[in-house]
Amino acid sequence: MHLFNIFLKSAFIENMALAFFLGMCSFLAVSKKVETAIGLGAAVIFVLFITTPLNNLILQHVLAPGALGWISPKLETVDLTFIGFIAYIATIAAMTQIVEMAIDRYSPALYTALGVFLPLIAVNCAILGASLFMVQREYNLAESTVYGLGAGVGWALAIIALAAIRERMKYSNVPPALRGLGITFMVSGLMAMGFMIFAGIQL
Amino acid sequence: MNFSNKYIIGFALVICLVCSFAVSSLAVALKPKQDANRLLDQQENILRVAGLHQGSSHPTPEEAVRLFESVTTWQVDRATGAMTKLDAFAPAKQMIDAAKDPAASAATTSEAARGAQIRRTPNQLLVYEVTAPGKEAWVLPIWGNGLWSTMYGFLAVAPDFSAIRGITFYQHGETPGLGGEIDNPTWRAQWPGKHLRDADGKVVIEVVKNGNVRDASRQVDGISGSTITSRGVSHTVRTWLGEEGYGAWMESQVKEGKK
Amino acid sequence: MNKDTKEILVGPLLLKNPITYQVLGICSALAVTTQLKTALVMSLALTAVTTFSNLAISLVRNRIPGSIRVITQLAIIAALVIAADQVMQAYLFDVSKQLSVFVGLIITNCIVMGRAEAYAMANPPLKSALDGFANGAGYSLILISVAVVRETFGSGKLLGYELAPTVTNGGWYVPNGLMILSPGAFFLIAIFIWVQRSISKSMQEKE
Repeated sequence: MHLFNIFLKSAFIENMALAFFLGMCSFLAVSKKVETAIGLGAAVIFVLFITTPLNNLILQHVLAPGALGWISPKLETVDLTFIGFIAYIATIAAMTQIVEMAIDRYSPALYTALGVFLPLIAVNCAILGASLFMVQREYNLAESTVYGLGAGVGWALAIIALAAIRERMKYSNVPPALRGLGITFMVSGLMAMGFMIFAGIQL
Repeated sequence: MNFSNKYIIGFALVICLVCSFAVSSLAVALKPKQDANRLLDQQENILRVAGLHQGSSHPTPEEAVRLFESVTTWQVDRATGAMTKLDAFAPAKQMIDAAKDPAASAATTSEAARGAQIRRTPNQLLVYEVTAPGKEAWVLPIWGNGLWSTMYGFLAVAPDFSAIRGITFYQHGETPGLGGEIDNPTWRAQWPGKHLRDADGKVVIEVVKNGNVRDASRQVDGISGSTITSRGVSHTVRTWLGEEGYGAWMESQVKEGKK
Repeated sequence: MNKDTKEILVGPLLLKNPITYQVLGICSALAVTTQLKTALVMSLALTAVTTFSNLAISLVRNRIPGSIRVITQLAIIAALVIAADQVMQAYLFDVSKQLSVFVGLIITNCIVMGRAEAYAMANPPLKSALDGFANGAGYSLILISVAVVRETFGSGKLLGYELAPTVTNGGWYVPNGLMILSPGAFFLIAIFIWVQRSISKSMQEKE
């Protein structure tokens, strides 16, 4: 039950895109069409689902104070947490590379549609952010996995919703200076306000 | 440009070595200063909440040492309340780390602990006894979750536990302007004088929703617009004043006082 | 100042602003702008990191193998950011406490990576450093503008100094909650974009 709560919390109450505002660059740029949004959303879910627990393992068995004890008792006092950023980013970049190759192989159309934003998953702040929050909240392996999955699902839901709205807005009469990026910011702000109803739900 | 595999591997190795050397040497060189900053920050917070230091400036390390002459650090057994005097100042980090070690802590079960997401409390607690005349108090390390972060702070109470002397949070990541108002001196000024427990030893202090104070002797008005943070503070204080925190120790102190 | 340098410096300030045109660096623009103090520190940190990362990457740009391009850039950027974080924890302790998670997120700030890819990989070191500085300045411009509005209307203060005493402090000003919360930042940036693109019609997107 506790794990399910973490999932619900990370997908809705603490939605990565609309409550924490992480991953905004791709969120705003790739939301022009629903199809590409679904593709990017799926890729982000996959990367988050793998890297959050993986980084948790790295933290517990390599970086944390005393973690290196399994190599030799002399290394028990070593605290490598300050090198955390680089370690987490490395796993994320490696995972992104794998996802890129997989999409290129199995869905060339999606690969072309995503363009530069596929490698930019490596610097999607939502993914590093999830790992950093996982560290701050001291989740164990199971919690990290569920948290990563929930965070990914939440982010994907948000970008698909925004894409759907933007597709509809093609038929609206948006002032030229607001067209495109400007109105997208406004809509995102309204969506963020909508998601605020979740804040304060205690599970 | 086409690079040979040997070059790629060699290049990767060089980059790794250069970056790690640069970062590690900086981290090692600055560690003493960082540790000193963290220690001074804790000490300043203890001094402030006990009323030994006021104003917007930070005390210098020398001033802190001088003021700390009237503060004694005690280690307290959570279950029995037995006290052991410590020779030197021990930062709250000791307690926080112990709470993460299953061998040195116990899991919590109370609703208040669940509300503040305090999973475990350490078996050995730390209390700071302030002996400066006119400002005698116990300063107790506390922590618990607010909306976005774990809030770490100190609660100061009267030597006979009849009233709260003050509260402060030295580390938190709550929304500035909303939950972050726990740093606002005006909000903090509500706490001194409030009763923490009744005659039977039950914890009565609580933070209520903004505007809903019915009994000002034991209720603190929550922060407008930040229900979760206020609730988090309430659960935090109530957990630590209860059995899972300093409750048993306070009981044993009261009994000893009655002897 | 020759024309080239002028272009590099002025472009990112307005017409090619990283936030309002390139859609880079949005996350932090929303998160750290509740107070002017945090926005200023973030702006300085990001400008410093982008300038030096552009410089460093440009220096080795001809030696980076294509297959490990992204991870090399990330390694250099990450090293610089950790260095900045360590320095802040030692010498700017108060502020480092507030910035916590977000300092790490400078590594993934699309501006740093974006300019490394778009400019530093193909241009000489001094120009790259200048480009990094200019983009940092453009980012800072937006961050500071948003923060000034958000802190003033959201809490009645600026840089911690009280401009209008709030009701909780016994005054008359009821803080504008929307400005404190993030949707307010979204709307503010949308308004900046609106104003900017109404003035510079070349920035408007086609139908």
